[in-house]
This record gives sequence, C-alpha cells and structure tokens, in this order.
Amino acid sequence: MIREITLGQYYQTQSVLHGLDSRVKLVGTLTYILSLFVVNNFLGYLLAAVFLAICILLSHVPFRYMIKGMKAVLFLMLFAATLNLFLTPGEAVVRIWKLQITDAGIAMAAKMAIRLTLLIIGSSLMTLTTTPNHLTDGLESLLGPFKKWKVPVHEVAMMMSIALRFIPILLEETDKIMKAQIARGADFDSGNLLQKAKAMVPLLVPLFVAAFRRANDLALAMEARCYRGGEGRTKMKPLVYHTNDYLAYAVLAIYLTVLIVAGRILQL
Amino acid sequence: MALQLEHVSYIYGADTTLSVRALDDICLTIPDGQFIGLIGHTGSGKSTLVQHLNGLIAPTAGVVSYNGRNIWEKGYPRKELRSQVGLVFQYPEHQLFEVDVFSDVCFGPKNLGLPEAEVHARAQRALELVGISEEYYKQSPFELSGGQKRRVAIAGVLAMQPKILVLDEPTAGLDPRGRDEILGQIALLKKETRISVVLVSHSMEDVANYVERIVVMNQGRILYDDAPAAVFSHVKELEEVGLAAPQVTYILHRLAQEGFDVDGRATTITEARDTILRAVRKKQV
Repeated sequence: MIREITLGQYYQTQSVLHGLDSRVKLVGTLTYILSLFVVNNFLGYLLAAVFLAICILLSHVPFRYMIKGMKAVLFLMLFAATLNLFLTPGEAVVRIWKLQITDAGIAMAAKMAIRLTLLIIGSSLMTLTTTPNHLTDGLESLLGPFKKWKVPVHEVAMMMSIALRFIPILLEETDKIMKAQIARGADFDSGNLLQKAKAMVPLLVPLFVAAFRRANDLALAMEARCYRGGEGRTKMKPLVYHTNDYLAYAVLAIYLTVLIVAGRILQL
Repeated sequence: MALQLEHVSYIYGADTTLSVRALDDICLTIPDGQFIGLIGHTGSGKSTLVQHLNGLIAPTAGVVSYNGRNIWEKGYPRKELRSQVGLVFQYPEHQLFEVDVFSDVCFGPKNLGLPEAEVHARAQRALELVGISEEYYKQSPFELSGGQKRRVAIAGVLAMQPKILVLDEPTAGLDPRGRDEILGQIALLKKETRISVVLVSHSMEDVANYVERIVVMNQGRILYDDAPAAVFSHVKELEEVGLAAPQVTYILHRLAQEGFDVDGRATTITEARDTILRAVRKKQV
C-alpha cells in the first residue's frame, strides 16, 4: 500500500542510461536543471522537453511508472502556478474582486509549471536509473577536491548512502507495522484530521523503535568490521569513464550549446 | 463456518520488471477447530498466503471467502473479518506501542468498539491465556524480555477473540526454551478455546508435535496437504524442496532398514519412544 511512492526510487532494468557512470548522470542532471533556469522562452522548453523525452526513451523506464511518482508533488506545482497566476504584475486579462489575472501572470504560471514538471521528471530519471550506492560514489568522487579544505566528503557521502539505503527498509517496516495494526483493527483511513493523527501513534511509535534498533545494529556491524572512515579506503568497484560516458558529456555540451544559441536567435 | 481459498494467485510488482509470482493457484479450506501447520522454505509464499486469510492483501486472481461470502465483494465488512481471523505477524513484538502492557493488549478489542468493561475483561483473559501475570500489567512493554514481549503481542491479537488464529513463525528468533513455551501455550490455547489455529513455520520439528494437518508449500504452490504421518512419509521429496522430516522419522526409517519392527508413521518423540520400545522387546522375546 505504501510502495506506491516512486519518487527517488531505482528502477531495475538494462539500458544505455543505466550503464552510464554515475558522475556523468550527476553532472548531466545538474546541467539540465540549470539549463531549465537559464532558458525563459517556450522554444527552449520545447528543446528541453524533447531532450528529456529522448533520455526517457533511452532509459527503458516505463513513462507510466515515472508519472505515478508525480502525484505527490502535484499539489506543490498547482500552488506555485496559482500564486504566479494571480501575483504577477502586468496587463489584466480577468478581474475577480481584488484579484487579477494578467497576461504576464498566465505566461509565468505556464512557464513555472513546465519548469517544475521537467525538473522533477529530469531528476527522478537520475534516481530511477542509478542505484543509491552508485549515486553516492559519484557524489563522493565529484566532491573530492573539497577534501583539501577539510570538508568531510567521505563521511557526508556515507551518511547519504545510509540514509538512502534506509528508505526502502523503513518503508517496508512501515508497511509491515501498518498491516499488523490493521490486523488488530486499526483504521488509518477514516475519521477527521485529529482522529487520523491519533491513529498514527500505533504506527509511529513502533517505527521509531525499529529505526533506532536498525541504527544500533548497523553501527555495531560497522564497528565489528573495523570501519573508520575514508582515509586510505579503496573501492570494490572504482569509477572509471568509458567511451559512452565521454559521448554523454559531448551530447550534454551540444544540448547546452543548442539551447543557448536558440535563445539568442530568438532574442535577435 | 470456514475460510476458503479457491485458485488464489498473487503477483508482487505486477507492473515492473521485477514481478514475482508469490502464490500460484492455491486451493485451501480452513474448517472450524482444526490445528493446521503451514510449512515451507523461505520464499515459498507462506507469509503472502497468510495475509490473504484476513484480507490484508487482495489476490491477483481467485476467490477468498469466509462463511461462503467473498471477502472482496463490495461492502464486505473486512474490519469485522479481521476480528474473526486473528493474524499474528512475524516478530509481533515489533508492533507494541502503548505505555503499558495492559493498554497495548486493549488496543485490538477497543478498535472493535466494545464497551470498556468488555475490553478489559478480554485483555485480562488474553494475558492469562499466554501466561503473563498481573504484576506485568502496568509495566512498559519495551522493558520485558523477548519471549514475554512476544507473548504480550500474541495476547494483543487473542484479545479480539478470533475464530481462527494465524501465527506466522511465532518462534522465530527465540531460544529453545522460549520456543517450547510459546508452542506449548498455543497448544493449550487451542485445547481450551477450540478455535482453529494455523501455525506457520519452516521447521517440521516445531509443527509435528502439535498439529493434526500439515500443508507444505513450495514455490507458491501447495505440495502436500495431509495428516502429519502421511506428509512425513515423503522424506525424499521434502528434502528436495529444502525441508526435512522430524529427526525421529529418520531414526525410525533407519531402524526399519536394520530389521526392527517399528512403526514409521510415528512423528512425535513420545510415539517414537513407544514404538521403539515395543520393537526392542519383541526382538528380545
């Protein structure tokens, strides 16, 4: 019942995108997100959408599966779009009492909605095609230079990978406890807000207990294996760039250039 | 009055590349007052099956019915069903949450909307059944020992006074003494209350001593559904699916090979002792 949330989940399959080095995907996603904020015309958004569509096709992740995760952020998107719709100054198109919808507002709201949709799908594409472990490996490698300034890069990456690893575990635990309490007649769905909040207690208390138990076990297991941080630590699977990865960087560069050039031409 | 599964199949993650067929065409009837052992190797579909029994998950195909009525038809009171079919999950002590033992056991009957006096009476009765004495009632459930916690959790389900009690691996992670205590208590409970009990386990030893019928599962299918002695006569087949017959069965088979006149159908240690003694005396005469 709780496994419906797909945002930030990994989708197991084989594809070009799955095979790419995680550093490429991290840089790529970051570039893509930045490009969405640089662009402010509809042609640019169209280009960005086409680029994303090609990536989705390459990823072999069913589009339906991706959209399922979007429902959770739909509210946020509507909220942002509504605010923009009413609060952007410009030529009024419709007037309702003291509120007015302006032409600039409509454009802004549309842009905002497109931007957010592309942003969310774009970044979820990264997590769908990269395992959490690869992701943190890539992050650690990319942030490597910061070690010079005593930034605990390895520790941060470790914390991230543990946090990510625990998401499915805790989801599973939640599912189990929920079922156990439903078997004891608990009702999580009906009632008003206060009753619903109260109904969460039989779920949250065991969940917290479980989280602490798991954390304790993990800490013990790490200590038993003499874990002591990043200094001099080697990797079982070191990150190495292959031809495909260089190609992907090239494609990214081309995408960015086309986007910027297209924007310039439009302005002329 | 029975719980019935007809051609039930269940697939996990049906719309992903990782879909797994956990149950495959299961037909099973649980009548009143029977003590059933459900056995299978890890991943054979036992836990998935038991979650179908009280309507926690809906089958992908097939029908689950209780007293002749499909539990997934529109408007079926599944909450009521869950009070009739009590399900004790694996490691049930992980679901404890209340400030003291007594209130935790009250949670189930309270959810049924019973008056307070009845809730308390049921909780007390359930705690008596699992052998938790009154001195523990006001203690935090988190301060108890592992075996005690588990008994409190089982009482939490018993307090709803189900007609069918399903226990998923109730002895997992307990030491031999804790295991014997729990199983003994369940057997006693079965005797006193005359409810149906489904005991899920991967250990033949656990089950052989108590149940009157054994259902063996393998890869989502039912392999055997028979009396213990009949099931254990398939020693070879059981081993092929990663299960073993009880130790005494092996001894008796070996003795029979050596020419002793023992009854190979004995499944418990007492039965085995009797038949071995008889055979030995016969030889001496």
